[in-house]
Amino acid sequence: MAFSSLTCLQQRLDAGETTAVALAQHYLDRIQKYNPGLNAFVDCNVPHVLAQAGASDAYRATHGARLLEGLPIAVKDIFCTSNGPTQCCSKILHNYHAPYDAHVITRLKEAGAVLVGKTNMDEFAMGSSTETSAFGTCRNPWNTATIPGGSSGGSAAAVAAALTPAAIGTDTGGSIRQPAALCGITGLKPTYGRVSRRGIIAFASSLDQAGPMTQTVRDAAMIGAVISGHDPADATSVADAPRVDWLGACESRDMTGLKIGRPREYFIDGMHDGVRASVDAALEQCRKLGAEIIDVSLPHTKYAVAAYYVIAPSEASANLSRYDAVRFGHRCDSPEDLLDMYTRSRDEGFGEEVKRRILTGAFALSSGYYDAYYLKAQQVRTLIRQDFEHAFEHVDVMATPTSPVPAFRIGEKTDDPLTMYLSDVFTIAVNLAGLPALSQPCGMADDLPVGLQWIAPAWQEGAVLSAAAAYEAATAWHRQHPALFTGDAA
Amino acid sequence: MDIDVKKVAMLARIRLTEQETRDLGPQLTSIMAYIEQLAEVDTDGVTATAHPHDAAMPLRADVVSNTNKRDALQKPAPLTESGLYVVPKVIE
Repeated sequence: MAFSSLTCLQQRLDAGETTAVALAQHYLDRIQKYNPGLNAFVDCNVPHVLAQAGASDAYRATHGARLLEGLPIAVKDIFCTSNGPTQCCSKILHNYHAPYDAHVITRLKEAGAVLVGKTNMDEFAMGSSTETSAFGTCRNPWNTATIPGGSSGGSAAAVAAALTPAAIGTDTGGSIRQPAALCGITGLKPTYGRVSRRGIIAFASSLDQAGPMTQTVRDAAMIGAVISGHDPADATSVADAPRVDWLGACESRDMTGLKIGRPREYFIDGMHDGVRASVDAALEQCRKLGAEIIDVSLPHTKYAVAAYYVIAPSEASANLSRYDAVRFGHRCDSPEDLLDMYTRSRDEGFGEEVKRRILTGAFALSSGYYDAYYLKAQQVRTLIRQDFEHAFEHVDVMATPTSPVPAFRIGEKTDDPLTMYLSDVFTIAVNLAGLPALSQPCGMADDLPVGLQWIAPAWQEGAVLSAAAAYEAATAWHRQHPALFTGDAA
Repeated sequence: MDIDVKKVAMLARIRLTEQETRDLGPQLTSIMAYIEQLAEVDTDGVTATAHPHDAAMPLRADVVSNTNKRDALQKPAPLTESGLYVVPKVIE
């Protein structure tokens, strides 16, 4: 039962073969047994989980099932929840209890989901390996000496090891897709503006977007259908977004007539041979399913990482100015004056990578540098967006590797920030352009999973889901699970 | 490029230790050196993208939509008194 999809668990609940309480207990047992070795969860309140599950069973008995009735779902520690701590895996938010639920959390609750706990992440979602967490490194279930990717590494590891059947992550420069790829699961980043950002602790406001991390494409669609939609309380949530037939898109089984773009800038020297071979084989599989593979070019791709590392840190430096030790968060002992309180509290509370990003942003925005950095990066962002628009005049979707390498070893890239930044080279442009994209497992390299990334024009989540569902139905990569975690708990 | 790390840190209201200042200098320099490659791109006449979909800021009716939640919102504060945030003395 452990590696059952949400879809399968829903069928069993609907058939009366199990209950929400039994499911919750099953996953709680697995969390208890396996989490100490993985550090995927940073908070799990057992009585609260069982109480939600009991309430769900009662709701089902009297009113019938809602869209996610009784299904366990974990959420990244970046989502504000009115129950339990929300710490963004930062010391500065140690023991912070949010006064309200994020919009995504409200939607999940209203759909009957059982929230199983908070998952580990890079501090303030700044990182690609979940090594910058104040709660310690999270490990990859496929090889616990390697990182799970990041920043939603706890969510990815928890789903890959079946400590929960599904989780929610956030993606600013690849933080859903890259850990999904490295842990061998499916992760969807919706179009910017599709999911409300209210109550998601802000990193880079023009890039952040929440999405599902799951065992299957259909499971991602089930959650996408629930968490998406206009929220008047988030000014960047788009009111008249084109609708998606989330579940209908997942019925697709062949690719006849589908034009898949293969952007040449995403098949570069320096990428791992095993990744290249897996993605080439996946594209060949798509061709067999009837798709036409068309070479396309996104000429400004090489500037995406540089533009991102101006825009994201600049927005972060503004967003993180709210941690002033006045309204919430860590305050240093016995401050001498106001300035001492600000500067010392922030030095004590923020970790190394977060400080690095705040300073990068503060420098880029400082007097005399704005035009050379922030404005320039926003102009390059326009060119990157236009690259996609031009390419999508010729193709329906694009397929690329999600990450140039499989999971790397813990500690391998922590000494050189720039090397770590380059691990998001294939995911960042999608955020700059605000597009929907999905990563799904498509092979193995060095006994570690490889991810295939699908990218579609804005608002066409249906296109990435259809392509991914057809590929998934023709292959078995999504049914591979890490051997260490396939035993039953208890 | 020479970055005055202490000055930037003060702009960001972060007091770095001496060790942090020494470590961050070369790191910021190498990050900014990488970012310098943006200068190669011809952006003459290119508009800046601030929001991926160029959405206009939506308007809403000017009505009170939430109730007084002062106690709940102040609960996470490090120090409050009579509904006020307490901070070190600002003016002598």
